[in-house]
Amino acid sequence: MSTHAMSANAATSGAHADEFIVREDHHPENGTMLGFWLYLMSDCLIFAVLFAIYGVVGSNYAAGPSPADLFDLDIVAVNTAMLLLSSITYGFAMLEMARKRTQMTLIWLAITGVFGLCFIGIELYEFHHLIHIGAGPQRSAFLSAFFTLVGTHGLHVSFGLIWLVTLMTQVRKHGLTTENRRRLSCLSLFWHFLDVIWIGVFTFVYLMGVLR
Amino acid sequence: MTQMQDRSDLMQFLFGRLSWNSIPYHEPIIVWTFVGTAALGMAVLAWITKQRAWGTLWNDWFCSIDHKKIGVMYIVLGLIMMLRGFADAIMMRAQQAFAFGDSMGYLPPHHYDQIFTAHGVIMIFFVAMPFVTGLMNYVVPLQIGARDVAFPFLNNFSFWMTTAGALLVMLSLFIGEFAMTGWLAYPPLSGAAYSPGVGVDYYIWGLQIAGVGTLLSGVNLIVTIVKMRAPGMSLMKMPVFTWTALCTNVLIVAAFPILTAVLALLTMDRYVGTNFFTNDFGGNAMMYVNLIWIWGHPEVYILILPIFGVFSEIVSTFSGKRLFGYSSMVYATVCITILSYLVWLHHFFTMGSGASVNSFFGITTMIISIPTGAKMFNWLFTMYRGRIRFDVPMLWTMGFMLTFVGGGMTGVLLAVPPADFVLHNSLFLIAHFHHVIIGGVVFGTFAGINFWFPKVTGFSLDEFWGKVSFWFWIVGFYLAFMPLYVLGLMGVTRRMSHFTDPSLQIWFQIAAVGGVLVGLGILAFIVQLVVSIRRRHELRDESGDPWNGRTLEWSTSSPPPAYNFAFTPRVHDQDAWWDMKQRGYRRPETDFVPVHMPKNTAAGIVLAGISMICGFGLIWHIWWLAGLAFLSLVFGAILHSFNYNRDYHIPADEVTRVEQARTQQLATLQA
Repeated sequence: MSTHAMSANAATSGAHADEFIVREDHHPENGTMLGFWLYLMSDCLIFAVLFAIYGVVGSNYAAGPSPADLFDLDIVAVNTAMLLLSSITYGFAMLEMARKRTQMTLIWLAITGVFGLCFIGIELYEFHHLIHIGAGPQRSAFLSAFFTLVGTHGLHVSFGLIWLVTLMTQVRKHGLTTENRRRLSCLSLFWHFLDVIWIGVFTFVYLMGVLR
Repeated sequence: MTQMQDRSDLMQFLFGRLSWNSIPYHEPIIVWTFVGTAALGMAVLAWITKQRAWGTLWNDWFCSIDHKKIGVMYIVLGLIMMLRGFADAIMMRAQQAFAFGDSMGYLPPHHYDQIFTAHGVIMIFFVAMPFVTGLMNYVVPLQIGARDVAFPFLNNFSFWMTTAGALLVMLSLFIGEFAMTGWLAYPPLSGAAYSPGVGVDYYIWGLQIAGVGTLLSGVNLIVTIVKMRAPGMSLMKMPVFTWTALCTNVLIVAAFPILTAVLALLTMDRYVGTNFFTNDFGGNAMMYVNLIWIWGHPEVYILILPIFGVFSEIVSTFSGKRLFGYSSMVYATVCITILSYLVWLHHFFTMGSGASVNSFFGITTMIISIPTGAKMFNWLFTMYRGRIRFDVPMLWTMGFMLTFVGGGMTGVLLAVPPADFVLHNSLFLIAHFHHVIIGGVVFGTFAGINFWFPKVTGFSLDEFWGKVSFWFWIVGFYLAFMPLYVLGLMGVTRRMSHFTDPSLQIWFQIAAVGGVLVGLGILAFIVQLVVSIRRRHELRDESGDPWNGRTLEWSTSSPPPAYNFAFTPRVHDQDAWWDMKQRGYRRPETDFVPVHMPKNTAAGIVLAGISMICGFGLIWHIWWLAGLAFLSLVFGAILHSFNYNRDYHIPADEVTRVEQARTQQLATLQA
């Protein structure tokens, strides 16, 4: 029963050992970016569910207000601009990272953070206003879906901001090391991903909502 | 009076909904269960203390990021939870065998409802999932010639999140109550209006916390398989088990977010008062049912696909032949992966979506049986003219092949919409899914445990008790579930705690006897473990390859060294180790180099523990506790990210020492 391994050793066909092993230290490719991308796709599915829910119950107003009554496209346009600009400035930060300029990277990251904060601030103002006029998430299935979809996006941006500050501290402490560059790339994916989601929110929830 | 009011406000703030009345001390069954569990728990803790094993347990196991140890811990979790899930099962069988006519049985309906809910939740999420994840965790890196998974820390964290979820569900037994809604908690029943208690909240937070673990482990294993295969192992040279693991983890990443989202929406309905699934204000409960089954159907394939992989490995090993139809096996697996997303509506044909929609989903469901049938024929043709050895893993495999085909056929029956209108929610359905889950996942897990046990521990499992366990299980299974088909055809619905028609009773009594036999099967398995540990010196596997295996895990010692492979293997064939043996591979015995490895850490168990506390706070509306725990969770995660010192090198001397011991072991064996 236990001699099979032996018979292999005893065999005389004499294949060279190195045909079956790698002598040098074998370093597999780093999988962090792939892993993070997979996570993002799973996150994308969560948004897909929220969009689907919005699609199904988004016109169930329960005799309450409709998008046309509630949404102020001017504010939403400013908000969208904030988020899109923050994506561009994050891009600049990545370019500076590629040039290995720590200080400039940090500056662009900080600007990104400011735009992100503005976005969150405006969104909170909008939510506060809606709840104040009696159009809170409990009012109708439409408003439940609206607050949950937009709020989930907002929560993501907020976590992105916490992550951004953490990473800025780490870059200041350790510089643009391989690890930090990888982390910045992950946050970059995350940040642009939220931008893409927002384009969907802006189009399907706000623009088409007002048209309806 | 005002003072009283203030006090109760303070208590309300401190303890939320939790009070002494939340402890079910007036229910003797639960009290005795608690006494039993506590006594057993104390005995285990005392034994660990007596063995002075706490340090080892904490440092070498709980904080370990070694995929092998994490895999073993998953299996242990699954086995422990299986005892709980089975206790629920046998209680239901006993209740239904007695509760006829004037006799109401021994379980009041509110208790019975919690039991069938807990049984379903535990068996799927905390038994079947840990079994499958455990097998994948242990075996996949070894099969692809890797030293660990892609993200070893996340692996440890995933395990502890799963365990935290399981602990929350277990806690509901003694503090408060569990959901009384059935295992998928359909609204509006599971909404705040009809389930105001903590039961559904235990359900929600238990599953959400465990779900994080499942999702991360899915990402982890995909990246491991995609990025870390040994040189030469192209996709079409991967062992079939690894292929099925890849497909399963793709399914996990593509399905679990839907569960997360739909449970989050139910949470919003319960905690914030939104109207997603309510009866009024424009809510739509069928959205929940659709979404949860868009997760739920892929989930059953998440469970069964890796088990198909286990059987593939076992069939070819014990037939002494290369697997028949390797590429058709791979394509069949991929087909099932895709098709599993196109059938969810067959779980509720009675929703009333019309003949066209129902026909579409009926047909896609039937189509799934084609790739599954292809697999069955591949296994048969592998066995055909093979030199079959009837060891315990092979017995389970053959038990599976006979049983699963039967279960698959009743599945095709249920896929016919008009037939489903008659059989929907009947015991026929219960019989069908137990037929495929027990006949597939459970049999496969036991096959896998018997197959890989010598690799994990260095000694084989006792054969006699393995056979006893197998025969009790298979006979018990048929006795327990064939009567349910009969009852289902007679129109008996599921989830009933009492019946009036005495002519049905005999069938339930037969089923109860079957349940007892299954219990004996579980007992025999435990005896098998104990006997094997006692006889470990006789059963020792020195070769590392006790079954004359075919894939790379059998090229290592049993148990494998921490670093798995001193040198990364180079792969030329699907059955890499078989190929190496055929072509006279000689183990390298000198010139070892340092091995780069990740460091153990307590971060995973700590973060998961905090998550559990956060969940507890949310369940009982103890907002300060939940908030505090959540903040510590965020802070703890940030703190962990400041630790850059996560790996080390096992020095060449140490590798040389381990490998020389192995050389000596093999030399002794040969002599």
